[in-house]
Amino acid sequence: MSTALEHPTYNYKVVRQFAIMTVVWGIVGMSLGVILAAQMVWPELNLGLPWTSFGRLRPLHTNAVIFAFGGSALFATSYYVVQRTCQTRLFSDRLAAFTFWGWQAVILSAVISLPLGYTTSKEYAELEWPINILITVVWVSYAAVFLGTIKKRNTSHIYVANWFFAAFILTVAVLHVVNNAAIPVSAMKSYSIYAGAVDAMVQWWYGHNAVGFFLTAGFLGMMYYFVPKQAERPIYSYRLSIVHFWALIIIYMWAGPHHLHYTALPNWAQSLGMIMSIILLAPSWGGMINGMMTLSGAWHKLRTDPTLRFLVVALSFYGMSTFEGPMMAVKTVNALSHYTDWTIGHVHAGALGWVAMITIGSIYHLLPRLYGQTEMYSIKLIAVHFWLATIGTVLYIAAMWVNGIMQGLMWRAVNADGTLMYTFIESVEASGPGYVVRWIGGLFWVTGMLLMAYNTYRTVKRHEAASQALPQTA
Amino acid sequence: MNNLWGDSLSSFWSAWIIVITLGTIAFSGWILFANRKTDKVPDAEGNVDTTGHAADGIEEYDNPLPRWWFMLFVATIVFSLGYLALYPGLGNFRGILGWSQEGQWEEEVAQAEQRYASIFAQFQEVPIPELSQDSEAMRVAERIFQNNCAVCHGANAQGGYGFPNLTDEAWMYGGEPENIVTTITNGRNGLMPSWQQLGATNIENLTQHVLSLSGLEHDADAASQGQAIFSASCVACHGPDATGNQALGAPNLTDDYWLYQAPGQSVADSVRQTLRNGRNGHMPAQAAYIGEDRVHLVAAYVYGLSRRD
Repeated sequence: MSTALEHPTYNYKVVRQFAIMTVVWGIVGMSLGVILAAQMVWPELNLGLPWTSFGRLRPLHTNAVIFAFGGSALFATSYYVVQRTCQTRLFSDRLAAFTFWGWQAVILSAVISLPLGYTTSKEYAELEWPINILITVVWVSYAAVFLGTIKKRNTSHIYVANWFFAAFILTVAVLHVVNNAAIPVSAMKSYSIYAGAVDAMVQWWYGHNAVGFFLTAGFLGMMYYFVPKQAERPIYSYRLSIVHFWALIIIYMWAGPHHLHYTALPNWAQSLGMIMSIILLAPSWGGMINGMMTLSGAWHKLRTDPTLRFLVVALSFYGMSTFEGPMMAVKTVNALSHYTDWTIGHVHAGALGWVAMITIGSIYHLLPRLYGQTEMYSIKLIAVHFWLATIGTVLYIAAMWVNGIMQGLMWRAVNADGTLMYTFIESVEASGPGYVVRWIGGLFWVTGMLLMAYNTYRTVKRHEAASQALPQTA
Repeated sequence: MNNLWGDSLSSFWSAWIIVITLGTIAFSGWILFANRKTDKVPDAEGNVDTTGHAADGIEEYDNPLPRWWFMLFVATIVFSLGYLALYPGLGNFRGILGWSQEGQWEEEVAQAEQRYASIFAQFQEVPIPELSQDSEAMRVAERIFQNNCAVCHGANAQGGYGFPNLTDEAWMYGGEPENIVTTITNGRNGLMPSWQQLGATNIENLTQHVLSLSGLEHDADAASQGQAIFSASCVACHGPDATGNQALGAPNLTDDYWLYQAPGQSVADSVRQTLRNGRNGHMPAQAAYIGEDRVHLVAAYVYGLSRRD
């Protein structure tokens, strides 16, 4: 890296590293998703090998997209935003570098250990105890760098994006430690300290807050910086930020039990999970409104700016899935939707439509600025990527809605004699076409990510060419 | 009002849950109302002046909360408080409706029993051989089979490795109506002990003897040596003529049906493995899941499977 690249005040190196790895892990994680989607249609693609079987690749997919792709995006944007909005360099360059290499080591450990079959069996927390300790160390360092930077800020006010990033970092630390509390019995095997319904409750307290804090609060932090920046408009309402921030973080904590409706979880806990999920609707929409209304007066920019389009469509999908979520948490709706593909569709409306779209929009804003340019190599390719991602998401979630509602109805259909009308395997057979459509949606997504990688490569190359030419002319 | 309160939680934890639940909702309501309005006047574009601070060039308007959004927030809180009054949620308070998921389940099962009992009662009175010829009854029975039995015995009832084929003439526990009803009602545990202690040579000799019983290719010398061990150790269950004992579930070894022959495995290997490690077959009891009258119906279905033309 040439010195011309270095910002006089800010540490851009670690931001560049995480931004590039966001693109790389995005391709890896989503490609794994496409392979899994294909395995649902053609089970022979398991290849008869244990390490390529669905059960081992599935946690690798979820870990890769959430923690490798999403995590790298959060590191990149939070380090960038906290420096820009606090007008100061990161608290410690060495600690920041450690978070980069440490986080990549965590991901690499996942890529090796999950296909080999090492798993705690806790969803979204499959990694075994030695890796969990490394995650804890990296995360504490991340908290130190981020909060340390806020502490030494040169502004009087802490910008709203940083509230969300800080809430995300602190809460994820608590979630990770409590959920992964376990007794190790060998180098790669441990047992959870919880048992039975308590274990299930802790797991979903963690699981839903991974959605609420890792995949929502963190990405709202991203939204609060990159939407007004790209739209060049002020944030719509400061007081709306205050209300929806505090309501969101206090209510999200309670929503986990809606994953355990009609189970051994006590009735009272199920009810609390349901009502808190319903109250969550307004705080969630507060973020969407604040982003959308920020665009008022700048809507015409959508015609020419595909990056802004990514950000706006992300907010739309965020609004849609945070409406769908509270509805699915209602017991009577959940009785139909639970255990069906509807849940998978809902997750991907959030994961692809919101998390990935807001990330991609932010990275397209960020990358040229990190490499001393004003725009990506090709705006056209961003536009193509936008349509691939949007159509891919719609194909995915529409297929899963159809499959999910069909499965739910098939499972509960009874004959006049009270016997079940369909066997389970008949509902699997009927889901086949939906799985093909879902796979095609996934292919759209990976194609878009490959275009992004090419666009990123050319943007970086263009910079290198320019900075090599510079000394000769000077 | 005493029956509104359950006793599954201690009074401390019950109170704790009530306080933090209502406290959380109260906090959300307070922060909503406290920030609802602003005294500042909107500008020409309708936006209320910025807060005055800018972060990396980003300014923030101080617009009031959108009215519809405010009302939505209030509505969800009102709904939730109403729900907590009617349904269990606040610690040991059971809710005014006295609803519970266990109660709902019991009610729905009782309703179903009432609605469908007469259909199955009419089948109950028909003897199994006759019932197995009743095509309407067998359509109902097949659905019960597909949803409860097919997971092990297969959709075509032809079984698999370790799961008996129900369409052939080989019966471990007997194929008469009363045998089939007993099997489905109470389940079965088929235990073949391990004979590891006999040593490798004896196990090989026994294997050759077992192969000879159903006329399969075998080593005659070894088989004749195996005969002696068979008479000493195996006849108690499989009988002196090796035709088995249905009272014990000991299979007939002379009929060339092999329950534990894995795909691609030779009969000899399968027998060796059985002798070395033993087997432990388990058929779960079904009466508690599907009830006696449905057991009768499924028994007729199974009875008919091996008696089709």
